[in-house]
Amino acid sequence: MLARRIIPCLDVRDGVVVKGVKFRNHEIIGDIVPLAKRYAEAGADELVFYDITASSDQRVVDKSWVSKIAQVIDIPFCVAGGIKTVEDAGKILEMGADKISINSPALSNPELIKDLHDTYGQQCVVIGVDSFFNEETGQYEVYQFTGDESRTQKTTWQTLDWVKEVQRKGAGEIVLNCMNQDGVRKGYDIKQLAAVREVCNVPLIASGGAGEMSHFSDVFKQADVDGALAASVFHKSIIDIPELKLWLSEQGIEMRSAKK
Amino acid sequence: MANSLVIVNTGCANISSVKFAFERLGSSVEVSDDVTIISKAQRVLLPGVGSAPAAMKSIRKKQLVDCLRSLTQPTLGVCLGMQLMVNDSQEGEFGKTELTDCLGLMPGRVHRMQVGNQRLPHMGWNKVSSKYDNPLFKGIGDGEHFYFVHSFAVNEYEHTLATCEYGNNAIEQENSFSAAIHKNNFFGVQFHPERSSDAGAHLLQNFIQL
Repeated sequence: MLARRIIPCLDVRDGVVVKGVKFRNHEIIGDIVPLAKRYAEAGADELVFYDITASSDQRVVDKSWVSKIAQVIDIPFCVAGGIKTVEDAGKILEMGADKISINSPALSNPELIKDLHDTYGQQCVVIGVDSFFNEETGQYEVYQFTGDESRTQKTTWQTLDWVKEVQRKGAGEIVLNCMNQDGVRKGYDIKQLAAVREVCNVPLIASGGAGEMSHFSDVFKQADVDGALAASVFHKSIIDIPELKLWLSEQGIEMRSAKK
Repeated sequence: MANSLVIVNTGCANISSVKFAFERLGSSVEVSDDVTIISKAQRVLLPGVGSAPAAMKSIRKKQLVDCLRSLTQPTLGVCLGMQLMVNDSQEGEFGKTELTDCLGLMPGRVHRMQVGNQRLPHMGWNKVSSKYDNPLFKGIGDGEHFYFVHSFAVNEYEHTLATCEYGNNAIEQENSFSAAIHKNNFFGVQFHPERSSDAGAHLLQNFIQL
């Protein structure tokens, strides 16, 4: 049976790992490579590195850290942020990343998803979706350029429609960032994730809101997601990964056991 | 060259993660598409990311088909590299239905996975069980998790070395596929040992000791 995945996410800015609340006020957590290694050794099933500034400003971002991670890490990892072209993606994959995740550039140019699929295969094309629940309209709205508050904007896409569209274009996995929940540790947006799950036939990763161990159990059991992504609870040692995985297996959720 | 290991440069991306995995084991690795270097290597690794038609096209263009077919040293195919080892694959060029001819290092056909209402690609960590004692899985526990990313697979058959289960088809056997295959000097694994933590490192270590 396929195990559910626990995925620490490391937001990277200027070569260091940072974390903000609701996409804002970023504080430095530490250096990338030692943190990545620590998580791999703790039993993380996969790692995601988001270069959070890259999509929102125009500069060329130094990605040499990708290769350094690939050398020391023996679990899969995905790189997100600043990948705007097939060539950008190729460079990251050549440096040893297993997958690339695109978000804002896919919204600007949905054909990019198809081009990435056709060039490198579906398995390495991850689409990140920043989704905001609008209480006034009762709708899930897709946002773009969320790495930079001043440029963050609502798109014309509703989340479920966009999730269907990216699958048509060849996405191999979808990471749904529920913006209302991000960084506040009140639990994943089960309702939204369950709704997306209904229309998502590729692996779906929950993101935003993890605060305690029961949140992981809830999202696997109630929203049937394939993986759960979290940052601050791991960075701040609020949740210990081996302990979490052991507890989740006791709850009847299929887990790869942590390293011995 | 003593204890040499050559990774065949199939022309697809992401050879570095396999290379780094062997380097972490202290093994020196050469990446090459030179027929002489590949033939003389003590061990050969056939990597693979991408699609079967694209990989075969690249292998043909580099005129490596005969070389790979004549290898007698231990040879390990990884993921698509494993799929290239059998006769043919249902994975065709986009929008086409004809089979793609593979290397035919052993019998077998690659099928698109039938997984009921489960998700494809089959992506993540799944349990692998050896069918019998063999040197590649020596010391690796039954049901150890390995990392998979694929939508096509070889069904369980006479050359299956290890199995994995995925899908919720009514007929239980249909959920089982070849996680590893073997014939003579040729071994193939559907999962990614280079991304399978300790279990994967153990398997690669076994391979370099074959």
